Amino acid sequence: MGTTNKALEKKINKKISKSVTSDFQIGDNFCIDIKELDSIFTALKEKSFDLIGPTVKEQTIAFDQIESVKDLPEGYTDEQSPGIYRVKKTDSKTLFNFTTGSNSLKKYLYPPHHTLWTASRNKGNFTVKENIPNLKPLAIIGLRACDLKAMFVQDRVLTQGEYKDSYYQLRRNSLFIVAVNCSRSVSTCFCTSMGSGPSVTNDFDLALTELITNTTHKFRLEVGSDKGLDVVKNLKFKAATNKELNDAKEVIKKTTNSITRQLDLHHLDVILKGSHDHKIWDEIGKECLNCGNCTMACPTCFCHTLEDTTDLTGSTAQRTRRWDSCFTIEFSYLHGGSVRTSSGARYRHWMTHKLATWIEQFDMSGCVGCGRCITWCPVGIDITEVAQTLRQTVLDEAHAVAWEEI
Amino acid sequence: MQQTLEPYLAEHPFLKGMNSHHVELITGCAENRRYNPGEFLYREGDEATHFYFIRHGRLAQEILRPQKGGIVIQTSGPGDVLGWAWLFPPHFRNLDCRAVELTRVLALDGVCLREKCEQDHELGYEIMKRFAHLMEQELESMRLRLLDIYGNND
Amino acid sequence: METTIEHNCEQVVNNNHTMTPTIYRVEKNRRDTHDTFTLHLSPEDQPLETVYEPGQFNMLYAFGVGEVPISISGDTTEWPKLVHTIRAVGSVTNALQSLATGDSIGVRGPYGKPWPVEATKGKDIILVAGGIGLAPLRPAIYQILHNRESYGKVILLYGSRRPLDILFRKELEKWRSRLDMFVDVTVDSSDRNWNGNVGVVPRLIDTANFDPIDTAAFVCGPEVMMRFTAMALNKRGVSSDNIYVSLERNMKCGVGLCGHCQMSNQFICKDGPVYTYSQVRETVLIREI
Repeated sequence: MGTTNKALEKKINKKISKSVTSDFQIGDNFCIDIKELDSIFTALKEKSFDLIGPTVKEQTIAFDQIESVKDLPEGYTDEQSPGIYRVKKTDSKTLFNFTTGSNSLKKYLYPPHHTLWTASRNKGNFTVKENIPNLKPLAIIGLRACDLKAMFVQDRVLTQGEYKDSYYQLRRNSLFIVAVNCSRSVSTCFCTSMGSGPSVTNDFDLALTELITNTTHKFRLEVGSDKGLDVVKNLKFKAATNKELNDAKEVIKKTTNSITRQLDLHHLDVILKGSHDHKIWDEIGKECLNCGNCTMACPTCFCHTLEDTTDLTGSTAQRTRRWDSCFTIEFSYLHGGSVRTSSGARYRHWMTHKLATWIEQFDMSGCVGCGRCITWCPVGIDITEVAQTLRQTVLDEAHAVAWEEI
Repeated sequence: MQQTLEPYLAEHPFLKGMNSHHVELITGCAENRRYNPGEFLYREGDEATHFYFIRHGRLAQEILRPQKGGIVIQTSGPGDVLGWAWLFPPHFRNLDCRAVELTRVLALDGVCLREKCEQDHELGYEIMKRFAHLMEQELESMRLRLLDIYGNND
Repeated sequence: METTIEHNCEQVVNNNHTMTPTIYRVEKNRRDTHDTFTLHLSPEDQPLETVYEPGQFNMLYAFGVGEVPISISGDTTEWPKLVHTIRAVGSVTNALQSLATGDSIGVRGPYGKPWPVEATKGKDIILVAGGIGLAPLRPAIYQILHNRESYGKVILLYGSRRPLDILFRKELEKWRSRLDMFVDVTVDSSDRNWNGNVGVVPRLIDTANFDPIDTAAFVCGPEVMMRFTAMALNKRGVSSDNIYVSLERNMKCGVGLCGHCQMSNQFICKDGPVYTYSQVRETVLIREI
């Protein structure tokens, strides 16, 4: 393609983008460079958002507060497999060339530790004062499709039932989401099985697809909501060309094809509920360290405990909410003992909840296929492998019955 | 006497399904008895000669603990059948049985019935089935109590 | 954006009442048995909005020590006053035990699904309690006796560990003297000073007089006792659909959000604690569920 054509294309694009700027709508696609990406960040900050994005932290990629594109993990990539996580620095200029990090959005919407109220005592009497947090709205940058889905799972659990979690609701209402389509996968990813990725399809404000070649570094930007529209309408971005749209599609296609791990959901809930006495639970029980990493890393796990403390004088008391894990023996404690005393029963409870009883409770799966529970398990227990073993047992038994009948 | 006892026994759940000939044989071994509160029907070590259909009142089976007095193992009331030691050699009681309140029973002569069972094995089987069921129920109760379910679990 | 936040803060205030206790005052702390006591409470200012029903529970908070789920044990028509009967077994219940008249206590609730007292009108009612399980059944007994003419036979069977563990003894005697109610009590073990029954509570079912086809059973006690009781009721011909049990699990939040009380697909605090036996029969038999 000659320079004239390029120039023409530029001209046309400029025209389109000009005509569009005055009449933006949801679903519009733009193509922006790093500077323009940064201008989105600036616009968000001007609207008093705190920016949360992926950063390199303690040799992992983790969400943290960022100020500009400079804080993003340029050139970083990750390798993940059961029990293993590594980040690697490359010479590439990529900003999003990694997958799920060590933490998800969960800790921002549903903090690991949160004071609910404070009580003050005067002799035998006391009063309680609720802790109403003064929260700045958050803009989350670089949210992956699986984590976006996880947020919707938590929405269902925490805000759409009989009782609602008000802190979560507060954070959620003011959240701005800049999602990113995954340009690579790791061996623990199985979002394709769970229908949650690798591309975001809805429920975001803005979505990015990173397009990088030897000479160019651009992002396809898709507008997903009125809020997103409101942020970009004055930024005069160029509309994405068909080629850029195709390139973005190719990136997603390539990522989709690279995902090999599978979780077969066909009747999996029935299989799980019928496998209470399977010997695999005892086997896992011997391996599992009951560290609770899987539940902490899981973007949908919502269990928490309530803790009561007093100051040293005993005049002020606090109630705090803290993440808890069903892998601890105290979790199911009832006076006299715990309901789930064996490690295997606790894993069974967790997995059966994620993939079976969760569906009965919330009409959706509790798993989004982010693979964190596999990566962050110190001994590499693999939920997809356990599911396959259970399925195989059922198939073998059915096979044996069929033979009997012949 | 038998005229008043037979309808009672014939309708008793314990003998449900037994043919009238057998009920008649059993009635032949029965007699009415009355015990006043505190009166012992038998004591540990006694020869087990009878078993009882309780018609009214309450009987307590007890074990005497040295220095601690009697502990009540179980009480039985109207409709209950009590005692199987008459069936099994050496036919000795291993519990005390005391009337807690005024109690009326049908006492069945086990020695008489044992002989009838030996002569008529069909009768013997019917009796054995019923006592086996009674023992199974008692065992189930004992298992439940073994758990001490109302305890503090500490 | 700021305006949105302000709006949301109001929402927090409105919704968060479920996690913040309301202050009640102790009117009376009465000892029932050597390890069980009853608190009579009245609201300090604004009472809990919702009326409560027999079988529901509240989260009771002892300052600085913690919170425990305790069933309502009083007459629910005496709203907004609250009565809770508590067995002192842990740090929080021990702290509650030491509360004196006039002291403050935090209350969240009422939570959970109640005994179907209304829906079972017209039936014979058999109430089977074990140990402290009599406390959650007492509000149902009150309500049934308030509307005595709406029910058939009313039978209360109660099992306890020893005679000195018998809860609400005076009230049991009062109920027993009624002509329209049958009450029987049994203990697991006793010395000779006890003239009542010795044996397990399911045994009382075998000889109780009710119409199995048209009977609703409310059963409350340790899980094993409820299972054996349900079996005895089944044997008498009472369908598992008409047997109601109250399950117990570790309840922290009371509103189905903390996950601690989960059993299969149920959050016992919110979806229960009262279930028909047919709903839970298979689940409670799974080990470590």
